[in-house]
Amino acid sequence: MNNRVLAVLLAAALPCVGSSAAFAQDKTIKIGVLTDNSGLYSDLGGAGSTLAAQMAIEDAGLAAKGWKIDLISADHQNKPDIATNIARQWADVEKVDIFMDVLNSGVALAVNNVVKEKNSIMINTGAATSDLTNAQCSPNTVHWVYDTYMLANSTGQALVKAGGDTWFFLTADYAFGAALERDTTAVVTKAGGKVIGGVKHPLNTADFSSFLLQAQASKAKIIGMANAGGDTTNTIKQASEFGIVAGGQKLAGLLLFITDVHSLGLKVAQGLNFTETFYWDLNDGTRAFSKRFSDRAKNKAEPSMVQAGVYSGLVHYFKALEAMGGNPHDGAKVVAKMKEMPTDDPLFGKGTIREDGRKIHPAYLFEVKKPEESKGPWDYYKLVGTTPGDQAFRPLSESACPLVKK
Amino acid sequence: MQALYAQLLVGLINGSFYALLSLGLAVIFGMLNIINFAHGAVYMMGAFVAYFLLNYLGIGYWPALIIAPIVVGIFGMFLERTMLQWLSGLDHLYGLLLTFGMALIIQGVFQNYFGSSGLPYSIPDELKGGMNLGFMFLPIYRGWVVVFSLIVCLLTWYLIERTRLGAYLRAATENPALVRAFGVNVPRMITLTYGLGVGLAALAGVLSAPINQVRPLMGADLIIVVFAVVVIGGMGSIMGSIITGFTLGVVEGLTKYFYPEASNTVVFVLMVLVLLVKPSGLTGRAA
Repeated sequence: MNNRVLAVLLAAALPCVGSSAAFAQDKTIKIGVLTDNSGLYSDLGGAGSTLAAQMAIEDAGLAAKGWKIDLISADHQNKPDIATNIARQWADVEKVDIFMDVLNSGVALAVNNVVKEKNSIMINTGAATSDLTNAQCSPNTVHWVYDTYMLANSTGQALVKAGGDTWFFLTADYAFGAALERDTTAVVTKAGGKVIGGVKHPLNTADFSSFLLQAQASKAKIIGMANAGGDTTNTIKQASEFGIVAGGQKLAGLLLFITDVHSLGLKVAQGLNFTETFYWDLNDGTRAFSKRFSDRAKNKAEPSMVQAGVYSGLVHYFKALEAMGGNPHDGAKVVAKMKEMPTDDPLFGKGTIREDGRKIHPAYLFEVKKPEESKGPWDYYKLVGTTPGDQAFRPLSESACPLVKK
Repeated sequence: MQALYAQLLVGLINGSFYALLSLGLAVIFGMLNIINFAHGAVYMMGAFVAYFLLNYLGIGYWPALIIAPIVVGIFGMFLERTMLQWLSGLDHLYGLLLTFGMALIIQGVFQNYFGSSGLPYSIPDELKGGMNLGFMFLPIYRGWVVVFSLIVCLLTWYLIERTRLGAYLRAATENPALVRAFGVNVPRMITLTYGLGVGLAALAGVLSAPINQVRPLMGADLIIVVFAVVVIGGMGSIMGSIITGFTLGVVEGLTKYFYPEASNTVVFVLMVLVLLVKPSGLTGRAA
């Protein structure tokens, strides 16, 4: 009789022992790269982001320590509804632990909600909107590479200081453009400049000549392009055709990527000023990584800052999991651990993650080289200024994020 | 007032692209009864062929204006021979779906090899710079686009409406069996016509390469507007599509000045209005 009771007790206790042992030893990770694999942003994220994730997994060497890491990727087609569906499926069925890239501001804000609801993790390296760490901040999200506030702050301030005190905006007519224009206007006015006009153009406009004529007629010293991708490259190309830069006005690219400069060619893009947080040719660390990256990339492309962010973000994520000794599959808990630890990798240098989820690192103001200054393909930027991390992003004192204790 | 003149001229420039593209569509629809959704893709191919010619063979803009439409036109004829011809006599929907699918495949292939952000192609040296018209700075290249496409449009119209060859074509559309009875090779004529329509699109592609980035999706962004132009002008009407193309370019230009947010919808608002009042389009005859 006693033996039977003992057996029942043992049987009841065994699963507990088993599960706690399993918790300590759960060394499985599933990474999902959710990006634009086929549309207009696929060059700056897309397959390159998946490659960067693959490289982070290989470099971490966790497989040798008994970890099992899976990597999947999907195309969100720049549509928030499609992205949300994939995110739910990944969280519920595929049991994805962490969402990487998630470029496009509209998509990012939508996925942000799903990730929070499912207690998953998003390290966003591609979206611009600063709302991800402001009003819409989440304990499950880290915004890694850049945001609209930082772009406005760095590029806007530098140009006003250099004498560009009157501005005219060409703004993409959706959430991202409006945010970028709003943030830049604030910076320009604060620095003593004036915004004397602007025009909102529809997304994916092929011909900018009407808008450029209006900008030309405004006589503003700076024409601020609060748009992205094909809209920006078309604006720049057509501005040179209409003699805007030759006429003494200056173009300010508020969001430009190295892939845009590559596709424009230096003849058209030379002299442009804009801000990025990563460039392949910054130092030995970035050069070494980029060499390995471009050897494996399609068309031998150098990494964009979005793709570099995927690598850097995962490196830090792996460090946090290693420090925890296993994967608890609890997004908020892991992100909290990531915020505790300082970040350090060869791509973005030393940094931190703030309580609002904002990754802090320096911002670099670049100028595009003249064709005769460039030594070859992808040798495009001159560094003209650096904003230290603690001044580059929105100060916590101005934050509307509920996670920030005041 | 000066700004207004400038916008009118800029609208005319855009109108010339609309006219060239919708002209090709109208020719194909009028003669073959095919709603050619692959038109945007072949427009894009025209620009890409110009890029290849320059960067791989060192052949510049001027020869490309002739070579690219021929190369892409031959590609179009290949498509017509191998696929489209089997759809003659079937409902329009089949042709529409087939050409739409082809467009997606062509765009996908280009995107896979050349990425999404595009390739640079610069304005030929002879057409660089601009002139000051008093009310605006007109880039010489833009002026060239208007003049050249106007000439091409009128030549095409003349070819189809005023020559013996055009008469055969129109007759073959009306009654292919009868025309064949007169000893005319109707299938070959149809293939050549499809090639002509596709070549016109490729020509527009070459013209636009120095203005826009050469991108795989450049045609997809444009094709919907061009379809609206064709519908407003009257499906299949040659002169209708030319005039509507230029007019809508101007209307769009004015919208960009007065209310820019609406500039990519104004064409569709007009389309709805025209369809309500005159369902066969401005110059189309009732079916």
